[in-house]
Order: sequence, then structure tokens, then C-alpha cells
Amino acid sequence: MHTHTAMSPSVPLQEMIRAIRSARTQCEERGVIQRECAAIRAQFRQADNGGRSHNLAKLLYVHMLGYPAHFGQMECVRMIASPRYSEKRVGYLGAMMLLDEKQDASLLITNSIKNDLSHSNQYVQSLALCTLACMGSAEMCRDLAPEIDRLLRASNSYIKKKAALCAVHIVRKVHELGELFVPAARSLLSEKNHGVLHGAVVLIIELCEQNPETLERFRKTVPDLVQIMKGLVLSGYSPEHDVAGISDPFLQVRILRLLRILGRNNEGASDSMNDLLAQVATNTDSTKTVGNAVLYETVLTVLDIKSESGLRVLAVNILGRFLLNNDRNIRYIAMTSLQKIVGTDHNAVQRHRGTIVDCLKDQDASVKRRALELSLALVSASNIRSMMKELLLFLSSCPPELRAHAASGIFNAAERYAPSQRWHIDTMLHVLITAGGDVRDETVPNLIQLITNASELHCYTVHKLYRALLLDISQQSLVQVACWCIGEYGDLLLKGDCQETEPVQVTEDDALDALETVLQSHMSSPATRGFALTATMKLSTRITDNVDRIRSIVSIYGSCIDVELQQRAVEYNALFRKYDHMRAAVLERMPVIEKNSPGHTNGESTGEAVKDVPTAKMKQGEPLLLQQPANQVCDLLDLLGGSEETLQPGPAVDCLVSGLSVHAAGTAGGDLLDLLGGFEPAELSPAPQVLAYDKGGVTLTLSCEKQSDTGLTVTLTASNSSDSDLSSFTLQAAVPKSVQLHMKAPSGDSLPARGTAKVTQMVVLNNPNKVNLKMRVRVSYTRQGSPFQDTVQIDSFPGLDAAGQ
Amino acid sequence: MTHSMRFLLLFSRQGKLRLQKWFTPMSEREKKKIIRDMTTMVLARQPRSCNFLHWKDLKVIYKRYASLYFCLAIENQENELIALEVIHRYVELLDKYFGNVCELDIIFNFEKAYFILDEFLIGGEIQETSKQMVNRSIEASDMLQETMEEYMSKPAF
Repeated sequence: MHTHTAMSPSVPLQEMIRAIRSARTQCEERGVIQRECAAIRAQFRQADNGGRSHNLAKLLYVHMLGYPAHFGQMECVRMIASPRYSEKRVGYLGAMMLLDEKQDASLLITNSIKNDLSHSNQYVQSLALCTLACMGSAEMCRDLAPEIDRLLRASNSYIKKKAALCAVHIVRKVHELGELFVPAARSLLSEKNHGVLHGAVVLIIELCEQNPETLERFRKTVPDLVQIMKGLVLSGYSPEHDVAGISDPFLQVRILRLLRILGRNNEGASDSMNDLLAQVATNTDSTKTVGNAVLYETVLTVLDIKSESGLRVLAVNILGRFLLNNDRNIRYIAMTSLQKIVGTDHNAVQRHRGTIVDCLKDQDASVKRRALELSLALVSASNIRSMMKELLLFLSSCPPELRAHAASGIFNAAERYAPSQRWHIDTMLHVLITAGGDVRDETVPNLIQLITNASELHCYTVHKLYRALLLDISQQSLVQVACWCIGEYGDLLLKGDCQETEPVQVTEDDALDALETVLQSHMSSPATRGFALTATMKLSTRITDNVDRIRSIVSIYGSCIDVELQQRAVEYNALFRKYDHMRAAVLERMPVIEKNSPGHTNGESTGEAVKDVPTAKMKQGEPLLLQQPANQVCDLLDLLGGSEETLQPGPAVDCLVSGLSVHAAGTAGGDLLDLLGGFEPAELSPAPQVLAYDKGGVTLTLSCEKQSDTGLTVTLTASNSSDSDLSSFTLQAAVPKSVQLHMKAPSGDSLPARGTAKVTQMVVLNNPNKVNLKMRVRVSYTRQGSPFQDTVQIDSFPGLDAAGQ
Repeated sequence: MTHSMRFLLLFSRQGKLRLQKWFTPMSEREKKKIIRDMTTMVLARQPRSCNFLHWKDLKVIYKRYASLYFCLAIENQENELIALEVIHRYVELLDKYFGNVCELDIIFNFEKAYFILDEFLIGGEIQETSKQMVNRSIEASDMLQETMEEYMSKPAF
């Protein structure tokens, strides 16, 4: 085992250790431990038998294995008070292991420590100092501080160095006692013994960090510190302190640390250490780690004080050299340091960009992480293209725990510095293809918004996404964006010719196949399937031959188990059957989404599920159906004839917002009936009512209220005096070209027989050119299964004069 | 209260603790948790990784010597490279004392491993930068122990 004649081993201790180690199971080990602890306890109770230190040592071993040993605390106290050195030694060790300042027993050793601090034997003093510095409570520190100060001044080096670190502990525990040690700390700097010097430097660092005034006073020591350092750096070989050619690297690093603290924010002090730092930086041998440790500390100091620019450049260059070092530890710390200064010394760090980017390929995960951080910080408008190539390459092979961070860093960089829209879209698509599973939720709406804004690229984008979809439908974010685009720009996809990509023939069936594959795949999340279903529906107005296929897909999903999908399918079915005349309008091309507009955050108006908008997460199809007839009366042109009457649809986004916000307020997640019922149009009493229509038992009256010089609100009220109920009751309106029209949602769509309930609907008009106001209203309903339609023209409005003013 | 070093742990490749030195006061529960965390983190490291880890607000410097992992936690602003030298210095001291030190030496003479450590570090700081000085102190303390024991085992008149 050991060849050196160390002190004789503790046989009882080693026997016990052997016994424990030979236990084959955890259970067996516990048995042995229990027996041993019982024996130990018995021994504690016995009188002094010369084996006490071995006994306590056994207990400490058991404690290290993780078993409870608090019953040994008092024994530690007793042992510390023993006159025997061997017992004191183990006693103090036990105290450091089993006691901390929170235990009551720790107070009991204060007296022993006090006595041992002035023991005639320095090794006993040493035990007390070590223990005090390890676990001294605030009271003990206060009590013994004067004694420590005495030892700092008048003892041998062996004791002084320990007393210095004791003082450090005391000052950390009781800040006010710092003042006590300032004089002693100052004078210790003239000691020659390295241990004492090191302790003194540590103590001064602690005093300066705690008290800015003390720091001011210690600034005067800078020349002394510089002298000491010079001695270490330029002196010849010193066997006692040499480590691979560096003389006492530990002391050098500590002094450099103190210099850093003293030179920070102070020109004078920084100036006086400038030459020394340059000397250390150039003279220190960097072939071994220990030399690099000193260089590293030097660099940190140079960068933290007010050093002159030449020295700063020297420091950054050292870091640059570190980046090329074979030792990955050195590469790692180089990058952490460069990261800290990439803001303040950006240009200096940029010079090493190539090396940093190479570190993206390092084997070590920590180095890779650092390289990623730095690379992202170094991206600028001038290097965006080349940097992005490297970052995308990195993304394709980077460790999984870094992917989310890399993806979001890439998105940020792309957003800030994208040289073109096409580049931006390509980059985002690339990320989705490579790491779609790791991107944040808002990536999907962000990318969609970007795509809608790049109108010249719609054809290119949809082709690219279609191709990506064919290759891989597992990346949900990519699939969602692809479905959305195919739905939205399906017409461009089918047209085939696209300037930016190779022409490829995509048939209607191809496109529908792709969407259906997504719909049916077990890899698709519910949200993704929602995207796919809506996209399929949208295609019904963009294709010509295969609408029936879409109809059947939609009707199949009408009985889907997933409630969300079922809801949509049912609504889309309704769009096919009852509201077919509106389908084109409902599904028409989206306007460009403005960033940060309400339409943007609410997602698409055609009813995609947007995960992060809970209040708007209601049955999206329905409110739209209620709103759309109000706005999109474009096809009335055909129906009503009369070329001078065109409509003024409000922007789809506007309408959606007002509709959604109204509905959201009242009915978050409510069902159709609530939505229909919950919307209360404002009553316009006591405005005069005029009968505008009366046929087949159905009457329509209207009243008006002037809102402004050009604004007018018309309320239409329908009633059914016949004997049969009417369903699917809707009103549509058209006005002269220059008049703006906005129809609010009707109160309902059923008119029960014998006038038991009415339907009201408000129409908001704005007549800026003050033309002659006329309105054509078309009435539609279903009576006993048969649809019915009629039209009436309203030429005069109550409350306005003949000219409609 | 900050110390340059927060704790030093030695453990085997199976995660068995061989030495624990805590430089700031901590409850038993906290210590147990830290030991669990450190052993898990360090043992999971790939062979050719760098020797530095981040854990909470600390840097953890670790190095494997034969079958033992040395794990030293330092403050965030401390110098990692010199921390590696601290670990290495301790290993050298153990090696000098035990002569070609191996894990078994530290298991069967754990208290001596602590005594040596306490001559090298105090309160989370280096107390002696000279290898020879530390060795001499340990030898002298051992001698003192022997002498006292001899003295005590002599029959009294």
C-alpha cells in the first residue's frame, strides 16, 4: 500500500472499513454499520481508554458514507478539550465535519479554541486556527478577533499565514471587524514568506471588496505589489515555488486579482501597473496550463482596469491565441472572456470571428455553446450571409440541448439583418426544415406574416413549402406554415410556372393528396390537422375540378372524434350548403398582415386555431359567418344589378377584430347558440319606424339615427306573421358607390310563426359625398324546406329629408 | 459571504464519496443534494469534454485521476485554470505522502487526506503555496502524534 513511513495506520478504523466494504448488499452494509455504531456509542460512554481517537475516526467514516452521526458531536467537544494531540486532531476534524455554527455544541468548543490559540505547540495552534476559519460563528469571531490580530503580528510564518486566513473568515462573518485588521494586513505585505504573503493579499482583497474607503487606502500599496510581482516574474528558478517554470503561480494570480480591484475605475493606479502587466503578458511561458492560468488572470485584469489601448489589444490577442490552443479548457475560457467584452471591444473581437466560428465544430458541448453565443453576438449587416451559412450548418448537427437557442438566435439575426425578403424566407424555412420541433410557438404566425408581406414571392414560397411537405410531414411548425400557404396560395401552386424555381406540375389532386396526408397522419398534432382542414377548404375556391373531393373530405371530418376538427368540418359543411353564395368571399385571399396589428396576433380570419390567444379560441367559423355577410357583399353586384351600386366592404381585418373582440368579451369558448344569442344590437328608440317590405307574412321595418354629418345608423327589424316558422333568415344590403356600408351581425336567423320573435340588424352608413341615399335590401329565408328570396329598394329613410341628408 | 472555493468533493466512478470539504456552512440536506447533483453531472460528462461546468451561480472544476474524480466548486469570478492547478497540487501532496497514491489509500486513511488538505487550504483559500512546506508540516504533525502516543503508552510511575 504505502511505502512512505507515514504514521501508523489506525488498525481498528481500517478493520471496520474492511468489514463495511466486504458487505455485498446495501442491507448487509446497513447491518454492519448498525453494529459498529452501537460499539462506538458504547465506547463513547466508557472512561478514557486510549482508543478514543480511533473510535471517533470510525464514526466520521460512517458519516461520510451518509449515515447519521450526530451522537458523536459531544464526543468531538470532549476530544478537542483533551491534552493529547492525536485526540485533539481527530476532535477538531470531527467538529469541522459534524458541527456547524447552527449547532449548540459548536459554542462549547469556543473555550477550547481560545485556549489552543495560545498553546505552546504551533501544531495545536494550527488546529484551532483551521477550525475557527472553517466554522467560526459570528460570536466566536467577535470573541477571538483580538487574539487573531495578535497572532498576525507576533508569531512565526506558519501561524501568521493561518491567522491571515482566519482574519479573512472573521471579516466575512462580521464586516465591522475589518477595520481591526487593516494595519496588520498592510504590514504583512513586507513579509518574504509566500504563504504569509498569499494570506495577506487574500485578506486585503476581502477588506477592499467590503469597504470602498479601505480600498482607497490600499491603493497606495500598488507599487509594492508591482515590486513583488516583478520579483516573481523576473527572478530565476526558485525550487520551493516553481511550477513548470512559473514562480509561485498561485501567488501571482492572487496579486493580479488585487491589482485588478485596485486599478478598477482609477486612472492613476491603472497607469502604475501598466508596464508590469505588459511584462507579465509577454514574459509568461504559455506552453503549459499553469502559465496560461497566469496569462488568463492578466488578461482579465487588463480588461477590467483603465488600461491603455495598446495593452487592451495585447490582451484580446492573447485570447485570440487561446482560441487556437489545443487544450479545450483554454479555448473555453477564451470564449467566455470574449463574450464578456464583445459589447465593449466589438471590433477587436470581430478580428477573431473566423476562429470563433470554427469552434462551432468543436467536439466539446460547452465549447460549442460558447461559440454559438459569441457567433450570434458577432453577426452584423456586413457578415450576415456568411455567418448565416455557418449558423445553419451548425444547426443541422448541433447537440439537441442547443437547438432551441440556436434557432431563436438565427431568427433574431435574420430579422435584424436580412439582406432581402427572399433570403429571409429561405432562412426561416431552412430552420423549420432542420429544427422545426425546437422553435417557439410564435414562429408560425411570424413566418406567415412575413410571407404575406412578400407578395412577389408568394408563388416561390408556396412551391418551396409544397416540396418540403412532400419530403417530411413530421415537423409541425413547418407543416402548419406549408398547409397555410397551400390553402392560401393554392392557385399559384397549381398554375405551375414560377420565375424563381424550377417549374413543376402540381395537379389539384396532388395538392389535395398532400393536405389529406397531413390530415390523416398520426404524426400531425391537432393544431396541424386544423391547419390542413382549413387549407383544404380554402382550396375549394381556388381549384375548379375537384370541389367534390373537398366536399367529401369536409363531410367525413364532420364526425371526427377530435372536437375541434369536427366543429370546423361542420361549419365548412354549412359553408358549402347553406352559405355557398358566400363561400368565395369567406375564403378569399387574406390581406397583408401588419406586424402587431390585432389581426396579426389573432391569427387568420378564416379560422385557424391560434394556440396563444385563449380568449379568441372559440368556434372561429361561426362569428365569421355572422360578420362576413355584413361586410362582403361583393357578389350582390351580380344579384342586384344596377351598375352604379357597388359595395364598400370594410377591411376584413377590421371586421374580424370588432367581431372577435365583441364575442370574446361575452362568450369565451361558448357554443354557437350563445354567440348567436349573446349579441345585442343597440336599440334605436324612439326613432320613427317605416315599413319597407311586406310580403308573405314577412315584414321589414326600418328606423334611422343620424350619428354625424355624414354618418347614419339604420336598424332593420323583421317579423313573421304567417303560420309557419322561417329559418335561415338573412338580409343583404347594397348602397350607391360612394356610400360606405357596414352591416352588423343580426340578432338571429330564425323568424318563428305568428310574430313571436323578431330579427333585428343594424346597418351603419357613411355618406361623405352626400349623394342621394338609396338602399337595396335582399331578403332570403327557408320556409318548410324551400328557399325563398326577394328584393326591395328603399328610397327614403325616416328622419332624413328627401335628399337623404 | 463569498469564498473563492465553496466545496471540494472526491468520489469514485461509481459515485461513492471519498472526501467532502465544505467551505461555507450548509445543512445536511443541502450537502446531500449537492453531492447527488455533482456526481450525476460529472459522471455524465463525455471523455473529451472540457473540465468546467456551470452549476447554479458557481463554476465547477473537475478532473479525474485514476479512479477518483476531484470536484472543486469556485465562485463565478474565479480563475478556472488556477483551480485546476489547485486540484493538481492536492493530488501531488497526497501522492508524496502515500507514495503513488491510489483510491484505497484515501479510503483507508481518509482522516489523513483531510489533515493534508487542512495544511494546504483553509476557509476556502490557499494557505501555503510551497509543496515542501506542506509536506514538512504534515510530517511534523505526524511525529507529534507518534511522540504523544508513545509517551502516553509508557507506564506511569
